Amino acid sequence: MPLIHYVEANGAEYEAEVPVGQSVMQGAVDNMIDGILGECGGVCSCATCHCYVDEDWFDKVGPPEGSEQMMLEMVPAPEPTSRLSCQIKVTAELDGLVVRLPVSQY
Amino acid sequence: MQRRVVIVGTGHAAAQLASSLRQQDWQGEILLVGEESQAPYQRPPLSKDYLAGERTADSILIRPAAAYASHGIDLLTGRRVLSIDRTAKMVALEDGQQLNYQKLALCTGARARPASIRGVGSPGVFYLRTLADVDGIRANISPGKSAVIIGGGYIGLEAAAVLRGLGMAVTLLELEARVLSRVCASEVSAFYVEVHREEGVDIRTGVEVLSIENGDGIRVVVCADGSRFPADLIIIGVGVTPNVELAEACGLAIDNGILVDEFARTSDPDIVAAGDCTNHPNELLGRRVRLESVPNAVEQAKTAAGTLCDRPVPYQSYPWFWSDQYDLKLQIAGLSEGYDQVVLRGGKDRQKGFVAWYLRGGRLLAADCINRPKEFMVARQLLARGLAVDPVALADETIDPKNWLS
Repeated sequence: MPLIHYVEANGAEYEAEVPVGQSVMQGAVDNMIDGILGECGGVCSCATCHCYVDEDWFDKVGPPEGSEQMMLEMVPAPEPTSRLSCQIKVTAELDGLVVRLPVSQY
Repeated sequence: MQRRVVIVGTGHAAAQLASSLRQQDWQGEILLVGEESQAPYQRPPLSKDYLAGERTADSILIRPAAAYASHGIDLLTGRRVLSIDRTAKMVALEDGQQLNYQKLALCTGARARPASIRGVGSPGVFYLRTLADVDGIRANISPGKSAVIIGGGYIGLEAAAVLRGLGMAVTLLELEARVLSRVCASEVSAFYVEVHREEGVDIRTGVEVLSIENGDGIRVVVCADGSRFPADLIIIGVGVTPNVELAEACGLAIDNGILVDEFARTSDPDIVAAGDCTNHPNELLGRRVRLESVPNAVEQAKTAAGTLCDRPVPYQSYPWFWSDQYDLKLQIAGLSEGYDQVVLRGGKDRQKGFVAWYLRGGRLLAADCINRPKEFMVARQLLARGLAVDPVALADETIDPKNWLS
């Protein structure tokens, strides 16, 4: 199972095995990683699962599109590698992915 | 004796509270106890894709049941709490078990408001609040058959959209003169009525339902004006009422919800409360509110966890909500109650979407954003930062809303 690394804003690091096909957001919620909330349950309505994809991984993950992109423009503290983690589906290729989490999701 | 938190309820607030307690290094036991038989699940899909049969019960769990055990959280589902003894610090369950606690969290949520309609208990008549309710509804969905929905709020409208999508003939009956009257401007109500009519829903407003007749396998919804609507399936969505009885019976302060402060503390220092069941102060709004929303449940639960772990952080957040119907994604920032001006941005177009801005005395209160995610995010920031925007600019589509934040 792919291993995803979550780095909280305070530096705390977690790693979680997340099944292929599941979202990076759900992986955090399943493992009680509090830096991701996912209030809307993954339907791209809330932007409370904002993460910064590690630069080395961004090409593999890809850029946001459509409404995700529009919402990301307006989240607190956006960065060039910002994504909504509910829209990142875990694949075998993403084994080892590192995402950093913002100070606050709202 | 080990320290123990008992969380009453298994909804969104309860699930978040348990998770946040573990994250904040609560040293001790965490027990989640609630009467529903499932592990905590997401409620919003109940009137959307779960109702449509597009998702399984497992897929709407907030997290798998096993995740609680692996984080040292005991999940006691299907167990109803009967009473709370604050002196003995003991919770009594219906099955006779007693659970002692050092700290108690009430995440009792809300339940469907009972409709004062004769015959509500008949077969084929459902409220829409729990997974069990929706499983009952799903068993009665059949293309070509007729459904009557009583109540034109978000739940009723979302259910109407799903049932139409599944090929049922849908009639929606609303008591007030327009749908969404409690939450939206008349322009927004009119837009949603138009869309539902385009989709084939028969919407009747100003209709008072008196009774549901049930004979020879045929159900008929009977209205005060004499109109009668035969139905194979009837769904009632007339709001919710907070579950305050446990709190009230043990003497906690109650006023339209369990009264808590900005740290989610009730009138007992060892008891916190979070979610739909609370009446809490909101400094940004300058008043107390009771909210029926997942974001409120989640964020207030985080505050409650901080309070229990002696890391108090006040709960201050602008309310927001969402509703999905057909191809329309409605995102609502703020509370529009008390508005004296509505400014529309965009032309009530289904594809392009539009925004209804609500103002009072020129100050922004809320925004209904239909297929407008960017404006929604801007609206949240405008509200949180207390920024003013000229109402003329709010309507001007040539201005990038981002500019209002600088």
